[in-house]
Amino acid sequence: MTTVQTATGLEQTMVLNMGPQHPSTHGVLRVLLELDGEIIIKADVDIGYLHTGIEKTAEALTYSQAITITDRMDYLAPLSNNLVYCLAVEKLLGLEVPKRAQYIRVLLTELTRIASHLVWLGTHAIDLGAMSVFLYCFREREEILKIFELVSGQRMMTSYFRIGGLALEPPAIWTDAVKKIVRTFPSCFDEYEELLTKNRIWIGRTQGVGVLSAEDAIAMGVSGPSLRGSGVDYDVRKYFPYSSYDEFDFQVPVRSEGDCYARYQCRVAEMRESLKIVRQALDKIPPEGPIKADAPGIVPPQREKMKTEMEALIYHFKIFTEGFAPPPGEVYQRIESPRGELACFLVSDGSPHPYRMKIRAPSFVNLQALQKMVVGHLVADAIASIGTLDIVLGEIDR
Amino acid sequence: MTETPDLEQNPNIAKIRAWRPEAIADLISFRGELTVVVSRENLRPLAEFLVSDRDLAFTYLSDVTGVDRFPIEPRFELNYHLLSLSRRDTLRLRVRLPGEDPVIPSLVSVWPTANWHEREIFDLFGIRFEGHPDLRRMLLPDDWEGYPLRKDYPVEGPR
Repeated sequence: MTTVQTATGLEQTMVLNMGPQHPSTHGVLRVLLELDGEIIIKADVDIGYLHTGIEKTAEALTYSQAITITDRMDYLAPLSNNLVYCLAVEKLLGLEVPKRAQYIRVLLTELTRIASHLVWLGTHAIDLGAMSVFLYCFREREEILKIFELVSGQRMMTSYFRIGGLALEPPAIWTDAVKKIVRTFPSCFDEYEELLTKNRIWIGRTQGVGVLSAEDAIAMGVSGPSLRGSGVDYDVRKYFPYSSYDEFDFQVPVRSEGDCYARYQCRVAEMRESLKIVRQALDKIPPEGPIKADAPGIVPPQREKMKTEMEALIYHFKIFTEGFAPPPGEVYQRIESPRGELACFLVSDGSPHPYRMKIRAPSFVNLQALQKMVVGHLVADAIASIGTLDIVLGEIDR
Repeated sequence: MTETPDLEQNPNIAKIRAWRPEAIADLISFRGELTVVVSRENLRPLAEFLVSDRDLAFTYLSDVTGVDRFPIEPRFELNYHLLSLSRRDTLRLRVRLPGEDPVIPSLVSVWPTANWHEREIFDLFGIRFEGHPDLRRMLLPDDWEGYPLRKDYPVEGPR
């Protein structure tokens, strides 16, 4: 126990344990706050309560099977996890994905971004006391989850992307549901902004709180809106475009203040930009075309062919029993998840199982910055800082 | 050696060669990604050079990854994934460590973000980082025995 001389002459600090069970830590996070009165002097973050050994498990599965365990890491943006892993395997194989599948991937990933930011906004607001925003955000998110269920059968853990494209052909009516979202969401975003952006209490709780300078953010490896709120415009979709993102016209919102309010503005603006991308993707997706690459030993053949043609049956059998083996080598594939730079480092040794699958989780790296952000602030500001980093314990602990 | 002729033209490699040619133990190029294999002794000087040099400016450390190549020696591989924000360029550094008592200097003073990455690698692989300010387990309980991501640790866990 350290002792410190305080203004009132008291000499002892107190260690306050926050979590792992706590409504505002957004998961099973434990933070040991060393307090001098109500001011935080030091924050020690303890993670690992959700560690399930996903990376170790992947080494025992085949490349196709491993897609299903990637969903559960960042469980608020499962399609992003699917995407980064599928892109990494496709890079390892040197496999080209058909354009139609790429555009559908972009559309669904941007809907995932909006859904994830809606959860962030709702939970961040309710942590700070604005309870109605939570209900409105979840009402809108429901529409997006209905679309995921329509195309993949699953609301959240979709595993909809496969090596070489998509799992299934989406039903023809799905574009109507997406068009409805594109039509109705802008006014919903205006509604949230009306409740929060000029609200004196919101401004008081978020401006000047959790300030992170650009130098500190870069040194700590922070990425995503947490970095862009501090003035650095690093967005993987612009820096290293993947899955045809360079064909879409969108802005990357950046603010310079580096506090919670700046990150709030970045994320709300990002939701609007994502909607722009969804609108463009709707126009770009051709009504017909392949949704999987034509790669006989890697991408399973269509079921009708498998039931009538001998080669197709043999390929199907080999893919689902022993799996396919990429050439030996390593790739590092990064994407822009709602939380920042999500990357998959995949090591192949020429066998059908990933030799090493490392997922660089943006929340894991961003959470390090928390220890710097809360020093000198009140306990209530620690809540705001945790919320503003938009962490998901699933990807922190894996 | 998996060096290909066009790697000689790569400006990053040329700069490193001009600074200290023996820093590059090997070069690997695969799917458009460049990896510089460096020895344990040269790792920290090379890292400091890559950060401080204005034309390289690899100030952003994206990730540190450990790989266990058991039973091949050197057993462990550490990969440092670097990014230069100003030049939108990437590079990977690789160090190989022996299986018997794997120790390597910590790079926290070069990239502060390495703090938690190194802790996680210590937790799951048992590689020790000299000079790390706070090297202790983070994902597993403090009293856990064994290093799960090693290849000789069973997938089902300790049973």
